[in-house]
Amino acid sequence: MIPAFALALGIALGLFLDPTVPLWLQPYLPIAVVAALDSVFGGVRARLDGIFDAKVFVVSFVSNVLVAALIVFLGDKLGVGGQLSTAVVVVLGIRIFGNAAAIRRHVFHA
Amino acid sequence: MPEQPTTSRRRASLLIGVLCLVLGFALAVQVRTTSADSGLGAARQEDLVRILDDLSAREDRLRQDIAGQEDIRDELASGGNQAATALEEARLRQEQLAILAGTVEAVGPGIELTVSDPDGAVGPEVLLDAIQELRAAGAEAIQIGEVRIGLSSAVVGTPGSLVIDGSGLSAPYRIVAIGDPPTLETALNIPGGVVNTVSRAGGQARIEQRDEVTVSALRVIEEPEYAQPAQETD
Repeated sequence: MIPAFALALGIALGLFLDPTVPLWLQPYLPIAVVAALDSVFGGVRARLDGIFDAKVFVVSFVSNVLVAALIVFLGDKLGVGGQLSTAVVVVLGIRIFGNAAAIRRHVFHA
Repeated sequence: MPEQPTTSRRRASLLIGVLCLVLGFALAVQVRTTSADSGLGAARQEDLVRILDDLSAREDRLRQDIAGQEDIRDELASGGNQAATALEEARLRQEQLAILAGTVEAVGPGIELTVSDPDGAVGPEVLLDAIQELRAAGAEAIQIGEVRIGLSSAVVGTPGSLVIDGSGLSAPYRIVAIGDPPTLETALNIPGGVVNTVSRAGGQARIEQRDEVTVSALRVIEEPEYAQPAQETD
């Protein structure tokens, strides 16, 4: 309940404040957001599986975001930033799909 | 001992809440940024360079297109002007030639000459003389009776029964000429001229200057049988 409320509050704050993203953060923010979304879906799935652990969630959340940003950063330095970003998004997208499917099975039993 | 897990769980859920808050915030900001700057601001340097190259190439192509189209437009405009000018010139020339040849009616300032011949003593040479004097004085269109005077006009017959271009003519003879009226009258009035000759033959020549006379008789142009236009050398 608290996470969902916090998420909604964050979205409202972002829309309301409308801050400018600093230039150095611009390539990493979208990837970080997708990585964090993956963690959130994983967390929801774990919760429904009854194996949710707050520590695991927090660590996976932070590490996911950091690793994703690191990969993009490395890609930019190596000159393959665009391709690596795509790769990260694809992998995270597949994971999100898998988690979403598990969540669906739990919620709808189908 | 039971406080320990409660505190840590509260701290954990607080942390999770903060993380979710940050996620929502970043999500909203990213969506805003993406929709605001149409992606160019967040694009990579190499992407921007590629986009710039594409746009430059496209601009070059479009500029070439513009240049080509402008050339075509200029060509068409000048061609159209030349054609219109030539057409106008040809039309003017055709009008001039038609008046000279007598294939169209003509109006303009001129004189009307009436020659009465009570004694039947006015011969063809008098009318020929009149035609020549009028032409010399710059008459542009001449009509005697119902006959338009042209290149091949001929006055024959004997005094009293004149024939002009094959049709009989009876006194009084009415001659209409378009030209400068005073000049035409002067030409007819010279000593030994038409008026003089007519009065010696017992007739009377009356000249009226008019601001507008109409030469309404027409000539039929015959196709030249032998003569052909010489090859123009220009």
